[in-house]
Amino acid sequence: MNFGLNSEHQMVQKMVREFGQKEIAPVIQEYDRKQEMAPFVLPRMGELGILGICIPVKYGGQGMDYISLGLACEELEAVDTTLRVVMSVHTGLCSMTLLQWGTEAQKQKFLVPLARGEKIGAGAFTEPGAGSDFSNIQATGKRDGDDFVLNGEKMWISLATKADYALVTVRTDPEAAKPYQGLTSFIVDLHSPGVTSGDIHGKLGVRAGSTGWINFQDVRVPAANMIGEQGEGFKVTMSAFDNGRYTVAAGATGLIRAALEASVDYANERQASGKRLGELQLIQAKIARMAVDYEAAQLLYLKAGWMKNEGQRNTCQTSASKWFATDASFDAANEAIQIHGAYGFSDEYHVERYLRNARGAVIYEGSNEIQRLIQASYALGVRVDKALRCEMPPYDEVAWGEE
Amino acid sequence: MKIAVCVKQVPDTAAQVVVENGQVSWGDAPLVINPWDEYAVEAALQKASDLGGSVTVISMGAENETEALKHALAMGCNEAALISDPALEDADNAAAAHALAAAIKKAEAELVFFGKQAVDTDTGMLPGQTARVLGWPAVTLVAAIQELNPDMIKVERATEEGRQVVESKLPAVVSIVKDYGEPRYPSFMGIRKAARAEIPVWSTADLGVEAPAAVVKWAALSSPPKKDIETEMIEGADAGEIAEVLADKIMAEKVL
Repeated sequence: MNFGLNSEHQMVQKMVREFGQKEIAPVIQEYDRKQEMAPFVLPRMGELGILGICIPVKYGGQGMDYISLGLACEELEAVDTTLRVVMSVHTGLCSMTLLQWGTEAQKQKFLVPLARGEKIGAGAFTEPGAGSDFSNIQATGKRDGDDFVLNGEKMWISLATKADYALVTVRTDPEAAKPYQGLTSFIVDLHSPGVTSGDIHGKLGVRAGSTGWINFQDVRVPAANMIGEQGEGFKVTMSAFDNGRYTVAAGATGLIRAALEASVDYANERQASGKRLGELQLIQAKIARMAVDYEAAQLLYLKAGWMKNEGQRNTCQTSASKWFATDASFDAANEAIQIHGAYGFSDEYHVERYLRNARGAVIYEGSNEIQRLIQASYALGVRVDKALRCEMPPYDEVAWGEE
Repeated sequence: MKIAVCVKQVPDTAAQVVVENGQVSWGDAPLVINPWDEYAVEAALQKASDLGGSVTVISMGAENETEALKHALAMGCNEAALISDPALEDADNAAAAHALAAAIKKAEAELVFFGKQAVDTDTGMLPGQTARVLGWPAVTLVAAIQELNPDMIKVERATEEGRQVVESKLPAVVSIVKDYGEPRYPSFMGIRKAARAEIPVWSTADLGVEAPAAVVKWAALSSPPKKDIETEMIEGADAGEIAEVLADKIMAEKVL
């Protein structure tokens, strides 16, 4: 067993860290206050290849492995959660689902421009009335000739107003024996007639990102854009979550690290009662918790990443990783504020933003209550993974680097 | 045009460097490419791209000290070579210049880039010394390259007095300063290539050179004395009042 990162992984870490520190960190507080996404973020991430990091070169990506994706997410969220959110939806939910479930023609048409960063992708699953209760979504798709006609609204969609394509799951068979069997997924061009979208403002966190709604009013989508088969939408969506959750877990690990580093710096500088804060045991206890949580969170996501590389089903491990890391990141940010005292309550320091950003991830990509149920169902033997018709491809060092 | 760029592996600038038992230590901080050298790599890559050509990156150090070379390969350099030989373990600048000059000749380079100095030893002498061994002109502290063709190079030097435009015939040694422009990040393709690269190790015998014995030695090393720094938070009703108090304190301390 080898716990070390290889030379390639270390260079990925360093490169993404430098990008975040040099180009995003200096402006992030400004955009967070304005509740706007910095306009250069998506083009720059595309130009640098970050958006297509774990997609094979022949599909327009960079041909790195799934651990590299996790490391990149950790580095991005150590600067700001909005950057990792881009990876979660563009790469995790959209591109990687196309890689897993798409036909060769769909990969060439949609995945290649997404992996190159020429087009931006999103995942549109949640609805105003259905989040965790996903099998009861209400948006519909009705067959009409060679097309499906989509109607309904999707809510809390990251990059809703920035994306060109979205992976959308709708109900195509209201009569299905079980609600989840009536769902089908499509890759939808968001520039199609009948698609409208908007951003949601007034969010607690991820303010420098785009989160919004997408409305579908008689939107014609070619049947050729169906991802998976008709009625397979629930499985396609859950596969998307396996990848989205992985990026959330890795990113939250970065947030723990950022809170830890900020706390250590402050504890080494600030004096209280004639001592450095770091000499006070109650402060040490908080820092110790963060340090151990960081180690544990990183080990959990790296294990899930390794399983992805090996082509092993990782729904259970990814879920555990997401649950642990996001809860720990919220605790770490909260304690970081406590260590900073009143200064932590002000946006002069970053830690209040860490707390606001950490809160959302406890809810989205499957709330942590859902993750508990998943863990219990595996532990109790109620849930057993069955083989999928299309499995996530394992990482192949040679094949993924070929043109 | 064949271009060489010389890089050094140094402790991360964020590392806490101390002297322990007469030896410099930076703990377990990672070794990285000398930050100044990244500008030199950027210049080399740009010029190779403009003129058509290749870039060989050269470093000197222990056999496992390849991080700086891999970083440069990941940025886009075509080839890398490491000069490593026990005879060079205590090399001073003059010895390093002889080894680098031989490696530059082996790489058949017609133009050589250096960063302006290394952040660890900070001498800034090596570009000039290497040029002297090669018998080539040294054009140092270059902030911009105005013209480059197979026969000559015309550059803008950033000196303390201002900018100076100079021309030199080729081959030449050029040292680059920060004003040249931000170095690019390594690309993912470059990272993959660098991670798998087998970097050749050149000994002094391979280079056909005998390194001169070091004439400069570090007689003694010590950490600088710790400064007692007191931090005082200035408080006031508004920014204007705080600025006024700060200005008074600066004047009182005779900083201005």
